[in-house]
Amino acid sequence: MSTYTKKQVSDLVKGTLDWDTVHLMLSMPKDEARYKLYMEVLQENVSYDDKILLAVGPHLNIVESSKDQEIIIKCDCGHEFGHYSKNWKLNALIYVRDNVEKMKEVYPELMAPDTNWQVYREYYCPSCGIMHDVEAPTPWYPVMHDIQPDLKTFFEWLDMPAPAKI
Amino acid sequence: MTIMKNALGNTPGVLLASGLTLNDHRNAIMERTAKTGFYNGHETLEFKDKDPIGYERIFSKVRAGLVNSREVAKKIAASPIVEQEGELCFTLYNPAGDCVATSTGIIIHVGTMGAAIKYMIQNDWESNPGIADGDMFTNNDCQVGNVHPCDIATIVPIFYDGLLRGWVGGMTHVIDTGAVGPGSMSNGQIQRFGDGIQISCRKTGINDTPLRDYLHESQRNIRTTKYWILDEKTRIAGCHMIRKMLTEVIEEEGVEAVEKFMYEVIEDGRRGLVKRIKAMCVPGTVKTVAFVDVPYSHPDVHVPSTFAKMDSIMHAPCEITVKANGTWRLDFEGCSRWGWHTYNTNPTAFTSGIWVMMTQSLVPTERINDGPRYATEFRCPAGTWTNPKDRRTAHADAWHFLVSSWSSLWRGISRTYFARGYLEEVNAGNSNPCNWLQGGGVNQDGEVHAVNSFETAACGTRACAMKDGLNHAAAIWNPEGDMGDIEIWELAEPLLYMGRRIKTNTGGYGKYRGGLGYETLRMVWNSADWTMFFMGNGYMNSDWGLMGGYPSATGYRFEAHNTGLKERIAEGKSLPLGQDRDPSLCEYEKHLGPDAIVKRDKQCITTEDMFDNGDLYLNYLRGGPGFGDPLDREIADIQEDLNQNFLMEEFAVKIYGAVFTKDEEGVYTMDAAKTRARQAEIRKERIGRGVPVREWMETERAKIIDKDASLAVQQMFASSFYLSAKFLAEFKEFWDLPADWELPEEELGTPMYGARHNIDIGDLPDVHPVIMVEE
Repeated sequence: MSTYTKKQVSDLVKGTLDWDTVHLMLSMPKDEARYKLYMEVLQENVSYDDKILLAVGPHLNIVESSKDQEIIIKCDCGHEFGHYSKNWKLNALIYVRDNVEKMKEVYPELMAPDTNWQVYREYYCPSCGIMHDVEAPTPWYPVMHDIQPDLKTFFEWLDMPAPAKI
Repeated sequence: MTIMKNALGNTPGVLLASGLTLNDHRNAIMERTAKTGFYNGHETLEFKDKDPIGYERIFSKVRAGLVNSREVAKKIAASPIVEQEGELCFTLYNPAGDCVATSTGIIIHVGTMGAAIKYMIQNDWESNPGIADGDMFTNNDCQVGNVHPCDIATIVPIFYDGLLRGWVGGMTHVIDTGAVGPGSMSNGQIQRFGDGIQISCRKTGINDTPLRDYLHESQRNIRTTKYWILDEKTRIAGCHMIRKMLTEVIEEEGVEAVEKFMYEVIEDGRRGLVKRIKAMCVPGTVKTVAFVDVPYSHPDVHVPSTFAKMDSIMHAPCEITVKANGTWRLDFEGCSRWGWHTYNTNPTAFTSGIWVMMTQSLVPTERINDGPRYATEFRCPAGTWTNPKDRRTAHADAWHFLVSSWSSLWRGISRTYFARGYLEEVNAGNSNPCNWLQGGGVNQDGEVHAVNSFETAACGTRACAMKDGLNHAAAIWNPEGDMGDIEIWELAEPLLYMGRRIKTNTGGYGKYRGGLGYETLRMVWNSADWTMFFMGNGYMNSDWGLMGGYPSATGYRFEAHNTGLKERIAEGKSLPLGQDRDPSLCEYEKHLGPDAIVKRDKQCITTEDMFDNGDLYLNYLRGGPGFGDPLDREIADIQEDLNQNFLMEEFAVKIYGAVFTKDEEGVYTMDAAKTRARQAEIRKERIGRGVPVREWMETERAKIIDKDASLAVQQMFASSFYLSAKFLAEFKEFWDLPADWELPEEELGTPMYGARHNIDIGDLPDVHPVIMVEE
């Protein structure tokens, strides 16, 4: 079993980890301690006290609220997107690239989709403006609820105590 | 017709020491597996536990033999697809047709060749035509489980001491199968009956000798005969090397040990996947979706039947459930219907391809076998493009749909890797590797010819959660990505290279950008008669980007006729040699004669059209999607993108908020402080232009009620609604639509031939398809 230091996991998150170590991470069996180190690194990168349980995006985490122990989805800036079992996107801001002019802002002519077939939906944090996700569906497509984790089983797998309100 | 047992003098039930027929043997394995949850009932790995060194020794010998045979055999092939791109693989199976181990290469065929063996077992090939030492069987039938007809499998039974000990399958991707459209992944045909030669597990060799009737018949039915024969020899040589290898392993290790190994190793593989899922994933549900365009209403798409002349969209939603016991289920409920084109697939190809993907993250070991399939539940609903249940379907370019649909699976499972910190495994989705330059005619050697440029084997790859994607590097279906040597392609095709350059702005933007694609400009030269066509995505993107990253650029088409290039060359005038950097600037056209006819548009699927010597064809190979908000990208990386010609200035400014200077030599220098300030402004601009999602949903809902969408979009939804009441119900619930809202395909006026009446291959007399998924 491979083991890595917290500094190495921190560098991985920052994108500065040396390639030899990345290659080890790719080619060797996965290190069981990764989750714990990763959570510690993520926790140090945010200003809030709520305990991070899982990462949903580079700036979006599932956390245990320090106020009431509810499990919610939270932006690094502190904006709360609601209960983790619900789709956070429904509480975001959206900008839809649904015509030629809007598409020309992101790709040269002929290199973007035809908006009669496909649109880009950009989801922003209402507080800090981070773009948490880009969807590229057809018009009419329901907003994707990307991940619904089974936290109870997850903490059983990790052999760690689960939060009270999952 | 009922096959009379033993009419040919073959005696079923003598191939195995048990006295069971192959079908009874396989059924018993399936029963033990279903009853215990362990492959063949192996609750313990008796051999591995008792003699781990012996177990590993056998594995090493087998694996090394497979890889070595592939490397040697591919040198026999003349086809650049096989010899340059490595489009071949060899796989060893146990007597029940389950994979024990495989070589490197196009490992999707672990499943497809296994399906052919299982088909022979289930349909009593043992009685008729018989299975004997020295036999060879050939299959490329997509209704048996093949991906597309150009993947030809040679299957050889392996005997020792008069008993069947296993099977070896060898696969090569041939250049042409004699379909309506030339080239291995062609279009133009819309049904199986124009999809090229179809060989259904036919006995094509006896006593290690290919049968003359097969050799004559097959060559008469395809265009590229010398490549066909050399591919045939490649497969046979590899299979016979592996047969010899297994015989030697049996003699060295003992028949009992090898037989035990050939079943236990599959259970070992099953356990390996379960362990890996628990180590890397998060239990729960991930939902994802992918699309790709089928723009057939365009005048440059010529098809034989009116009912194929319509625009449609492939729809591939997937619900991935990672279960508490470490197994998983992939449910494709809601997929759109199969269609009158060559992009259909079947469950074996669909699910086998998923293994190709997963070997690149979930099971990245050399122990690829059928084990992981027994830890996976696949659901491919009948009537969808993943499982047409109609024996008329064409499959020549099944990859158009397959790779597009899989792009979403990468994203989906990557969300779970990311969640618990395995950032190095995250994959933003991969591209739909295309364009496929194909065509044919009479080549520079005066021969009937066809081509399929496998430059696609080196598209831009997806971004990861800790690094950029690789530029012009790989394609999902072949782990050994290679664009091939220009000199070799020019020998194989009457097409000179006018340029081969990186394709600027094709990698999806992000904190980590997707890898860039590339482009090659080809000029037809020295052919007698020549045709070509385009095959790829254009109006739509197959990939999305992940967690704030953008999708890669979409495709477009450039072709030019009556170019005047012969005259310009003679006169020493400028030529179109470099990049088509910004397609809106029409740079190539500045170097063509006044009467040139240019097609520059989004129509990236066309059918066979004539090209004269001097005509041009742009082969644009796609980039990969990005990861993370582009505003998080390192300043130095943006500067590098600009200086390496990976990114146009305009989009560095718009997407990344870049502020920079450019010196007289064209070198860019970023102003980090001003860039970060501009990025802060962009975040505020986003907040200004964004609307609350629930508010936007009201406007989108109104469009749905008004049925305000293109016909292609509506047809996609209508076909999915018809096939899936669940998908319709979830759609109506999400948008809070009135109970009586409906979208029947009938009201759209699009052709519905084939939409309601289907005839499955299993409806043929005495044909028993092998079904390995929930339908």
